[in-house]
Amino acid sequence: MIRQKIVLRFPPHIVEQPTIYHLIKDFDLMVNILRADINPKKEGRLIMELSGDDTAYKQAIEWMKGQGLEVMNLEQQIIWRDDRCTHCGACTVICPTEALYFERPDMIVKFAEDKCIVCELCLRACPARAMETLVENANFG
Amino acid sequence: MKVSRSIADINAKIKAGKAVVFTAEEVIELVADKGAAAAALEVDVVTTGTFGPMCSSGVFLNVGHPQPRIKLNEVYLNGVPAYAGIAAVDLYLGATAIPETDPANRSYPGEFIYGGGHVIEDLVSGKEVRLEASSYGTDCYPLKRIETAIRLDEINEAILYNPRNAYQNYNVAVNRGEKTIYTYMGILKPGMGNANYSSAGQLSPLFNDPLLKTIGLGTRIFLGGGIGYVAWHGTQHNPSAERDERGMPKGPAGTLALTGDLKQMKPEWLRGLSFLGYGATLQVGVGIPIPILNEEIMSYCAVRDEDLVAPVVDYSQAYPQRLSGNLGLVSYAELKSGSISVEGKKIPTASLSSYAKAKEIALTLKDWIEQGEFILTEPSLQLPSVDSGITLKPMPRKDPEEREDR
Repeated sequence: MIRQKIVLRFPPHIVEQPTIYHLIKDFDLMVNILRADINPKKEGRLIMELSGDDTAYKQAIEWMKGQGLEVMNLEQQIIWRDDRCTHCGACTVICPTEALYFERPDMIVKFAEDKCIVCELCLRACPARAMETLVENANFG
Repeated sequence: MKVSRSIADINAKIKAGKAVVFTAEEVIELVADKGAAAAALEVDVVTTGTFGPMCSSGVFLNVGHPQPRIKLNEVYLNGVPAYAGIAAVDLYLGATAIPETDPANRSYPGEFIYGGGHVIEDLVSGKEVRLEASSYGTDCYPLKRIETAIRLDEINEAILYNPRNAYQNYNVAVNRGEKTIYTYMGILKPGMGNANYSSAGQLSPLFNDPLLKTIGLGTRIFLGGGIGYVAWHGTQHNPSAERDERGMPKGPAGTLALTGDLKQMKPEWLRGLSFLGYGATLQVGVGIPIPILNEEIMSYCAVRDEDLVAPVVDYSQAYPQRLSGNLGLVSYAELKSGSISVEGKKIPTASLSSYAKAKEIALTLKDWIEQGEFILTEPSLQLPSVDSGITLKPMPRKDPEEREDR
């Protein structure tokens, strides 16, 4: 049994394909969509959690890559720059999933990447701009 | 045995490498265990710290004369305007200044990605900063326009001068309105969705010397990672604010004006900040040593977050409209726990001032003193305290056409 959050990028020519249908029907995966955007260039971005049988999951990932989709693990999407973070904590009440949180009693800000849903609210909530996103994400606002 | 030691006594111990130094956090347990009298016998100095956004900050620069000379009139550093209404090549760059090209809140909420605070951080990082200036030209200062780049080590002086830092206590900001607001206290979600505070509480300098018995004009301090001094009491200094029986203020009270040579400071402790929808500012690291002259001073330094309270203020109405009153008092221990209760509602809290970094400052200052590198100073003037009668005044509103002196 595997449970993994991933980010899919759809080139314009397959943005209208019923990919999720195939993940459920052909690979028997559970799909929880966290966020979906299409930019003006008709490129799609889908952030979701997949869970199911390990082998089926691997086959599904390979199938999606074969379809021309770009598949990434979600952990690589939002970058917390420890060198910029001043551990003030302003982000901790803005982050909706508590991926950014205070470790008490030391009052150190921590980032649990596995809880992040790439909502990107932290990017502008951080006064020191310690949170960054991949350049490609800038097209999906 | 009653303790009474002078700053000279303490300095002699510092020079001998024998001074006993505790941070304001460490000393709490010592006083709880042994009592203030015994702790005062043992401890020579208590170090404090704070690292928060402090808008009333800036730097005086003397950028030197070009050839031919210029009387700077309009000046921009990396596009951020600096004040040039002093001598020919002297400037003051304020932390909240923003470029004229910044859309500010015309695109609400504005991002304020780069402002005066960021220029100060770039300067102290040793980066080259673009200088563009214009002038009207005079017989003695003929040049009318210059574009160049400056670096901190290439200019004559850079003196950090912050008119108001190290606030003694501050508001806890909430939003009782129906839409998100963007303030200097951060993003405030509607319906009191969060409560933001900004003080290091028990580590904060002026909570450890609430009546300004040791901190005065000329007190040597940790400022921006280097050495600084208390230059005056800060603007909006309000020692008459309401206090508890121990003298701790229940809301914003005393403030300090701080100064020091920027050239020996560090970018880690002077950070440019961008507050969404509000503006740019500077996060300033300040640490002040408290000499334990007697048992009374020791007992102030033992103050705990549990015993310090701050007022909860509505920033959707009460604060901007300057209405008096608050939604109650909460302790810093509650604020740090992650949630407070206001009007029966549990509200998550967040801080704008970094407690972890405040602790690092107090520990750094402790280390400097223990190593004999940092000697305490005798204040040359006491700052106005609770008996000064100084109170906070609003801006006078009158019809300028009806001035009494007309």
